[in-house]
Amino acid sequence: MSEIESVEDFRARARAWLAENVPRIGPDHRGRSFVRPDDEELAEVAEERRIQRLLFDGGFAGICFPKEYGGQGLAREYAEAFDQELAGYSFPERLQVPNMTPCATVILEFGTEEQKRTHLPKILRGEELWMQFLSEPGSGSDVAGAKLSATRDGDDWLLNGSKIWTTGAWWSDWGLCLARTNWDVPKHRGLTVFMVPIHQAGIEISRIEMLDGSNEFCQEYLTDVRVPDSDRIGGIDDGWTVGTRWLLHERSFSSSPYALHPTGSNAYGSAQGDPAGNLLTLLESAGRVDDPAAREDIGRAYALQIATSELDRRLHALILSGKGSDQLAAVGRLMHGVAGAQLATIAFELAGQSAIAGDVDDDVLGDLGMRYLLRQAGSIGGGTTEIARNVISERVLGMPRELALDRNVPYREVRTAPSGGSSGARR
Amino acid sequence: MKVGLSADQELLVGTTRKYLQDSVPSDVLRGLRNRPEGYESEYWTTGAELGWAALLVAEEHGGGSVSGEGLRDLALVAYEFGRQASPGPLLGTNIVAGALSRADGVAFESELEQLVSGTAVGAWAYAEPVPHGGLGEVAASAVESDGQWVLSGDKVAVEHAAQATYLLVTARTGDGLTQLLVPTDTPGVTITAQRTIDVSRRYARVALRDVRLPATALVGVAGAAAADVELQLQAALVIQTAEMVGAMDRAFELTLGWLADRYSFGRPLASYQALKHRVADQKLWLETSHALADAAAVAVQNGDPQAGELVSVAKSYLAEYGPELLQDCVQLHGGIGVTYEHDLHLYLRRVVIGSALLGTAREHRLRITTLLEARKGARKVEA
Repeated sequence: MSEIESVEDFRARARAWLAENVPRIGPDHRGRSFVRPDDEELAEVAEERRIQRLLFDGGFAGICFPKEYGGQGLAREYAEAFDQELAGYSFPERLQVPNMTPCATVILEFGTEEQKRTHLPKILRGEELWMQFLSEPGSGSDVAGAKLSATRDGDDWLLNGSKIWTTGAWWSDWGLCLARTNWDVPKHRGLTVFMVPIHQAGIEISRIEMLDGSNEFCQEYLTDVRVPDSDRIGGIDDGWTVGTRWLLHERSFSSSPYALHPTGSNAYGSAQGDPAGNLLTLLESAGRVDDPAAREDIGRAYALQIATSELDRRLHALILSGKGSDQLAAVGRLMHGVAGAQLATIAFELAGQSAIAGDVDDDVLGDLGMRYLLRQAGSIGGGTTEIARNVISERVLGMPRELALDRNVPYREVRTAPSGGSSGARR
Repeated sequence: MKVGLSADQELLVGTTRKYLQDSVPSDVLRGLRNRPEGYESEYWTTGAELGWAALLVAEEHGGGSVSGEGLRDLALVAYEFGRQASPGPLLGTNIVAGALSRADGVAFESELEQLVSGTAVGAWAYAEPVPHGGLGEVAASAVESDGQWVLSGDKVAVEHAAQATYLLVTARTGDGLTQLLVPTDTPGVTITAQRTIDVSRRYARVALRDVRLPATALVGVAGAAAADVELQLQAALVIQTAEMVGAMDRAFELTLGWLADRYSFGRPLASYQALKHRVADQKLWLETSHALADAAAVAVQNGDPQAGELVSVAKSYLAEYGPELLQDCVQLHGGIGVTYEHDLHLYLRRVVIGSALLGTAREHRLRITTLLEARKGARKVEA
């Protein structure tokens, strides 16, 4: 039997391999939040798939995924070491969340042997890119209120309905889809999970323009989409067993060892590198190096970033050791929302008028106004902070659950908005 | 507090917790407000037998810790002190003993023996009154003259100075810092109790007027003690933040229990979403404070080059969210939360004291920025 490589040997090997094979982030690198033309977006997706393939061939893809499915079968410490070495390098950012987790982690946890062998190696090679078909126009936080229906048709299922807030569906390959298979039982007991290829005749993809002009989020309309029963994940009507774990993986994305998080990539924008350096650059660019109030803000911002990463580390250790419930992940999710909003506010205030009327080539301060307008996005996407607060109070601390009018009632009798839809202000 | 403790650490924590519960339960604590010393001397010597004052002292100087990582063990003890708002000169005695052991444990053998056994109390005289009240400001002067040291200046908020046998005074010699060990009965030393908000922890002003000390009073290197002072500050902040987390933890527990037991409009307070969401925020602050206090203890213990930043990160966060959590606990308790009869104020006091001594949140945020600039500057020089 071969000796298990130590974390430090692994780190040294990763360091050398990265230096040899992976491009460093250039000075003109734009974070994902930067709105770019479609052809540029597609080129970056292609480049990220290429780097994913490089990682796979180099023996560094899916560090915590089992070997038989194309991963490295290593413990969390190896993933952490790799994250530290990865700082400053290009990495497949779009292939992490929700592709590696929760999608791949759900397949790993609930997929059949054949499903795992079919999909996980392709995901780890960058050949399959997965997104979540989870939220619906009529249900965001109330995920289990899904209305996209799946009806049995011989050995297949026919899916009809709509999903929304799918990141980058237009350049992705597969959707992990939560559907309703039974309307005559209470809502949590009539759900089933399916794997669905995104680009097919029955799926129309509509892109949603966000307030900053980005078109990355999508809505999908499914019409008689045929899915073989072999592409069902988990039991029929037992989709909520999968769903609760799915949401848990989603809430713990920030500390998940299944996704890459290069050290230094942080809640303050999507800038990578040293958080301290970024903050000092901000202080200098704002021309406020000698302003005590600004200096205090920088100290506060740095403290918030360290607080977020130390909290993630603690929560993960508590969960792994069994000393805390895995629902503690909601505490981390809340922190990412709250701290992210605080950081966006601090940066915006430091930039002052430059965030509103900045020169076109001002890359440091010019983005901060738009980032501030989108401040709440981090408290909405990936499960709202309100839901996180419910989870913390009810499932972590055992406080009484909220009154729900849809419990123990057949879902078909539950009152929902008539159009099943969002009544946006402009409509 | 830590996620993983060794069996020896569990034992230290367990015996400390039991001893504190038995000897200073909250009704005893409430009574201590009438005692000028704030604690019984036998209480402290028995605590010292459990190892409370030995943890930062090297084994060859009569000290020792259970895990070989004294500061982390001390943080565990401090956390228990916070959980029970316990009395006693824990911070000062340990900082002084640690400084003596590090400087010259052989020369200070007798003082160390007394401090470790609990027969003497140590106090670190560091902070100064306005206009030198900022974190790290030192105006007190130490001048060498005819083989003697002459010490002058004023120190405030010196923990248990009036109960101490030895003061470790941080003073200025020219552009550098000098530290001297000053027996409290030395002529020229005047110690005056200050008003304070804790029921048992005492603070005093120390006036030093031409205090003459032998050359042997010098701790460390004359005029070059800045690095030692920084280490003391880091260790003191680790003790302080660990104690704050303990007090926050206990107050949060009391509040959760209260919300479950108290009924209004026919339902428990705990069933109101408006309150549940506030409790969720409190849980976030508490867990983050735990994480930061632990991380700071590890970094200082290991002499991590970024330990200075990390203690200030921990302190700035706890100094903001610790009092915020406690005040919200008071609010959720309602009227009973501001009575002397209820225990909540015992923890409120500890957290508030911690938030203001050894640097405020604001001072530590400013310190972080300065440290980050220094780190960046150092990198530039290297390159």
